[in-house]
Amino acid sequence: MQQIPLEQALGLSALLFAIGAFGVVIRRNAIILFMCIELMLNAVNLAFVAFSPRSGVQGQVFVFFVIAVAAAEAAVGLAIIISVFRHKESVDIKNFSLLRW
Amino acid sequence: MLLLQEAAVHATSAAAGQAGESFAAFAPWLILALPLLGFVLNGLLSITAARRALPALPPVGDPHWDAHHEPSEQEHHAHGDDAHPAAHADDHGAHGHDAHGHGPKPATHTLPSFIAPGVLIAAFAVAVVNFLRMLAAHPETAWVHEYWSWMPVNDPTGALRVGAAIQLDQLSMLMTLVITGVGSLIHVFSVGYMKEDPGYPRYMAYLNLFVFFMLTLVLGASYPLMFVGWEGVGLCSYLLIGFWFKERANADAGKKAFIVNRIGDFGFLIAMFLLFANLGTLNFAEVMERAPAQMAFGGAVVTAVCLFFFLGAAGKSAQIPLYVWLPDAMAGPTPVSALIHAATMVTAGVYLVARSATLFTMAPVASLVVALVGTATAIFAASIGLKQWDIKKILAYSTVSQLGFMFAAVGMGAYVAGVFHLMTHAFFKACLFLGSGAVIHAMHEALHHTHSDMDAQDVRNMGGLRRYLPVTFWTMGIATLAIAGVPPFAGFFSKDEITGAAWDGAHGQLPLAAGLAKVGIDGTLWFGLIWGALSIAAFMTAFYMGRMMIYTFFGQNRTGEEERKHLHEGSWTLTLPLVVLALASTFGGFLNVEREVPIVRWFDFGQGEALHRWLHPVLAGADQVAEANGIAGAAVEPSAVPIAVAILLGLGGLALAWTMLSRRALRTAAEEPAYANGVERVLYHKYYVDELYDRVVVRTVGWLSRLQAGFDRYVVDGLVDFGGKMSEWLGVALGRFQTGQVNTYAFAILIGVTLVLYAFVHT
Amino acid sequence: MDFLKHLYEGPGILTFLIAFPLLGALAAWLVGDRSARATALVVGIVELLVSVPLFFTFDPTGTCPQSVIGRQNEGLPFAFSQLTVPFQNCTDAPWFADWGIHFRIGLDGISLFMVLLTTLLLPLMVLGSWTYIRDRQRTFYAMLLALTAGVVGVFVALDMFVFYVFWELVLIPMYFLIGVWGGKERVYAAVKFFLYTAAGSLLMLVAILYVYFRVHSVTGMSSFSYFDFMNPLAAFSAREEALLFLAFALAFAVKVPIFPFHTWLPHAHVQAPTAGSVILAGVLLKMGTYGFIRFAVPFFPDAAHAPGAVKWAMVLGVIGIIYAAMVAAVQPNAKKLVAYTSVAHLGFVILGIFAYNLIGLQGALMVMIGHGLSTPMLFFLLGMLYERRHSYEIEDFGGLAASIPVFATMLVFAAMASIGLPGTSGFVSEFLVLLGTFKTHPYVALLASTGVIFAAYYMLPMVQKVAFNALRSPANRDIPDLDRRELAILLPLVVLILWIGIYPKPFLDRMEPAALRLLATQSTRLAPPMQPMGDVAAAAPNP
Repeated sequence: MQQIPLEQALGLSALLFAIGAFGVVIRRNAIILFMCIELMLNAVNLAFVAFSPRSGVQGQVFVFFVIAVAAAEAAVGLAIIISVFRHKESVDIKNFSLLRW
Repeated sequence: MLLLQEAAVHATSAAAGQAGESFAAFAPWLILALPLLGFVLNGLLSITAARRALPALPPVGDPHWDAHHEPSEQEHHAHGDDAHPAAHADDHGAHGHDAHGHGPKPATHTLPSFIAPGVLIAAFAVAVVNFLRMLAAHPETAWVHEYWSWMPVNDPTGALRVGAAIQLDQLSMLMTLVITGVGSLIHVFSVGYMKEDPGYPRYMAYLNLFVFFMLTLVLGASYPLMFVGWEGVGLCSYLLIGFWFKERANADAGKKAFIVNRIGDFGFLIAMFLLFANLGTLNFAEVMERAPAQMAFGGAVVTAVCLFFFLGAAGKSAQIPLYVWLPDAMAGPTPVSALIHAATMVTAGVYLVARSATLFTMAPVASLVVALVGTATAIFAASIGLKQWDIKKILAYSTVSQLGFMFAAVGMGAYVAGVFHLMTHAFFKACLFLGSGAVIHAMHEALHHTHSDMDAQDVRNMGGLRRYLPVTFWTMGIATLAIAGVPPFAGFFSKDEITGAAWDGAHGQLPLAAGLAKVGIDGTLWFGLIWGALSIAAFMTAFYMGRMMIYTFFGQNRTGEEERKHLHEGSWTLTLPLVVLALASTFGGFLNVEREVPIVRWFDFGQGEALHRWLHPVLAGADQVAEANGIAGAAVEPSAVPIAVAILLGLGGLALAWTMLSRRALRTAAEEPAYANGVERVLYHKYYVDELYDRVVVRTVGWLSRLQAGFDRYVVDGLVDFGGKMSEWLGVALGRFQTGQVNTYAFAILIGVTLVLYAFVHT
Repeated sequence: MDFLKHLYEGPGILTFLIAFPLLGALAAWLVGDRSARATALVVGIVELLVSVPLFFTFDPTGTCPQSVIGRQNEGLPFAFSQLTVPFQNCTDAPWFADWGIHFRIGLDGISLFMVLLTTLLLPLMVLGSWTYIRDRQRTFYAMLLALTAGVVGVFVALDMFVFYVFWELVLIPMYFLIGVWGGKERVYAAVKFFLYTAAGSLLMLVAILYVYFRVHSVTGMSSFSYFDFMNPLAAFSAREEALLFLAFALAFAVKVPIFPFHTWLPHAHVQAPTAGSVILAGVLLKMGTYGFIRFAVPFFPDAAHAPGAVKWAMVLGVIGIIYAAMVAAVQPNAKKLVAYTSVAHLGFVILGIFAYNLIGLQGALMVMIGHGLSTPMLFFLLGMLYERRHSYEIEDFGGLAASIPVFATMLVFAAMASIGLPGTSGFVSEFLVLLGTFKTHPYVALLASTGVIFAAYYMLPMVQKVAFNALRSPANRDIPDLDRRELAILLPLVVLILWIGIYPKPFLDRMEPAALRLLATQSTRLAPPMQPMGDVAAAAPNP
């Protein structure tokens, strides 16, 4: 079985991460923001997996942690978004500045 | 007082025979404990009385509740048949009916009549017992007993040992006799004068407390203990001046007395610190023992000590520049003026200087300052006394002036003369004040019957009272002759000793003159000046006292028809003390007749100069200092000149008053035109010194205080608040970076992470 | 009897005095609003009764074995190098032992009176709040008791960590006392009090840690023990020592408060409820001066004895005395006036401490006691007045001697005690301070002595305007005089003020050894001889 070269895997990971980060910075829709964050997390996961043949199983273990955390985060985050949406009829994060100052 | 004279004579014979016999004091603590007991009992009674009166509060809006106030004293003290108790401002206000003359008085208002004079008379008896024992033993050293250790601090660099100790020697004995003796009489007088006042038990409690502190002052064996009495009498003076506290002027006067006295107390404190820093002790015996060895004669230290002590004395004894409180202190009840502001407390300064005679002998410059200030006060106050109308004000300025005489005496080193005048002054001035109290009492009662609003203390409103108040007239007359310096009354001898000392000094025969010469000052000129000024002051004294007597007792009665019917002498409690004090004023002077002086020798029944010999052990230290420094006075050439001048001036002053005033029709206050003459006006307004102090000192301090309060509020606290505000502003400013936009935060995180990674890679 | 003897010789008593009010606080909070005050009163009285025998069993030579309280003998300065340390009833229980933090407490002649003052004021404060506090009573009394526990802890702590914990612990209940039960501007006053004093304390924490690590680096042992902090091996450079001293001094100066750090005090006093003012003036301020005496000066004697430091302390002390007196004189609010007089009185304490002789130090300690009696008495009286008239404004009163004579008598007495009339505690203490100061700094003492004039200048007009003059306002007329409960608060204070004024010897005797020792510690620690490095290594014990 042919190995995917490390460079390609890391390149994809970096690309995904950059797309995610870029989305987090420029998008205002909370759901999309959330998806971008997931994208970044998965980019990291990809990097972990890509490294694991060389540096052992820890990377793969860590991926499970990340997935677990991401799941928890999604649960809490989506709950917040839904409750905000109930008040504001919107998921535009411009409206989410209640704690400012 | 004759007893004293006689006993003093015995003393000398006893001293000759058994000089070494030990003196065993008889429970001297009782002298202190009895008045204190009186204070406690009367204090409890007064609280009981005050509390009992409280539940009967009339409803608010009762027309009587806000007592109306008249500025003068007599408005306040109540009368047996007074129909308007509500008019008397006091702690009971309108509801103290039970405390008034209607029906039987409660125990709280009868018991003090026995307790207060009782404890004083008992204390006097104990003092007399001790006096007789001292007379028999004539101890050369002071009897000191420490009851407990008061402020012990075992500082390795100089331990402080101040005990609660009593010192009984000839000087404190004499003072104790005067305080308890004159004090007893004044307490008896107070019973007659104050018993209708709703605050009677409180008054008696204060008076007892005063005597306790005054005795502490003279019996304490150390300067700090003396200071206890010193400030304690100040407290009682404060409370008693402001006794009728509802009248704002009275409360103000009390406050003024306390604060001015505290300025003096500051001096007393500094003097004590100086003494302790240089001698390591504050007990009289040790100070007098160590001072000659450890401080240089005429040196800066001892001079500073004496000057600071004198500042204290000037405060307590109303000398320039701190005399201003004493005339205002007349706001208190008249017996208080007699006891505190004439006979005892105000002479504490003289006692202090006499007690510190050793120190003052070592400090000729300070002594000269004392003498000069005393002389200046004597003539200054006498001149003000010339133009006063209020009978108590006249006596107040007379007191200030006479205290000036005493300070002139102790300043010149004539300690015995100063103490002698202190004693005779206690007799005749107490007599005069009590007499004025009897006059005011009678006047007010008469005026009250007709609801007249005439001022019962203004001598212009009196006149011809000798027919209605014969006892008062004769006793006050004797006291006037005594204060004017007419032989053979008491004041003549004592005042003559003072002017005689100045005369001797002008001829270079005083130790102080030699002492001054030693530090390079020619004292004779100063002494001549002092003699001249004192003589003028004595002349003025005779004049204003004559004027007061003429206005009060001679000529036509000016009270009005109706009032005249009600003028009469008071009860025996009022007259008896007057008679006793008049007797003392008559014969008290024989106690210390100078044998060497030709004219007065005739008056001497004993060996003469009994007081000199009596006080000799106390002043031995001062004499030793003088001898050790070669300034002991040369043998005094007896001279008749000062005595002749003194007699002439005394009689002349009285005669001048008689010729100037009695033939003229005297007018009442209402008819009398205001002083038109500039000099008269200045004198009447007391040289505007109060106004000056108000402008220069009181307002400046007040202004500074307000300035500082503003500074504290807006600058010191402002800075603190500014610090708080700054953090707040900073927070607000930094808060602006928190846009609340998740994108912004994410971007910031991104940049941050990038930078961290960059730094990580590059190191 | 054996049990009692054992109790007062043993270590448990101080722990009890700290723990009991804390338990009492819990109890008061649990029993609810209705019986909280009764619970607090019982706790206060028991606390007082338990603490009083300490006065009689006190042994000024100290009984604590060295091993209990310190970890070593060799490094200690001479005065502490005996087998016992001059403290008694010591406890040394490991807390965070790895870092050298132990629960070390002990009592000497200085802390004794501060502890007794605290336990005396506790039941009086409960009585003083009896009818004054109507809201959230259980919380109030819980706070009051917790505060007391903290204060006692401050005065007996012999471990710098424990000391700091208690020091900060005191702030919290006090913050709530002012902020919840205070007057109109209570929140402002409470926040100011908290931030000001907490900010001052932080520098002290830094300094404590600095000394801790220095001691650790030279001796190799970790200890927050009071005695180890004086280890001479931990020699600081002059600059270090000056900075450390400043850090301590600042924390204490804010607490005292020394001019110009005093402005939180008037606000706090005016807004605080009576009990808050009482404990603030009575003991909290003394924590600052106690800190100077116990810690700042003995730890850093070179810096504290430096002419510059002494000069500044003297100057600020004198400014405090005169300036605060003048500011007090024109305050329209009686409570604010009394607050400023505290600044003036504490100025005397500063003078006494920095006079560096026994008379001055004893005087300073006496001022701390005397002021802790007379000023609380004034605050109690003003509180009683406030309950009747709901005002602290001097202008609202007048002629009260006619309507409530017993109150007026007490007011005059308290005022006279406050201005130092002989026969009261105020005189003995201020006299000693000035006498001691005069020996070393005569001109300072000269200026400070004008304080006696200014004291009359601020206090008498207030007394006159409140108690004397005409009884104008009907509201001042129909008010009841003091009742039994109120007399029960005041009379113990009266008795003690007179006792100290007339017979202060029992107090002076108990304080003297401790004061002497502190002075001796300073003089032996002053300018320690430089030790070669080899000696340091040899002298340092290896744990």
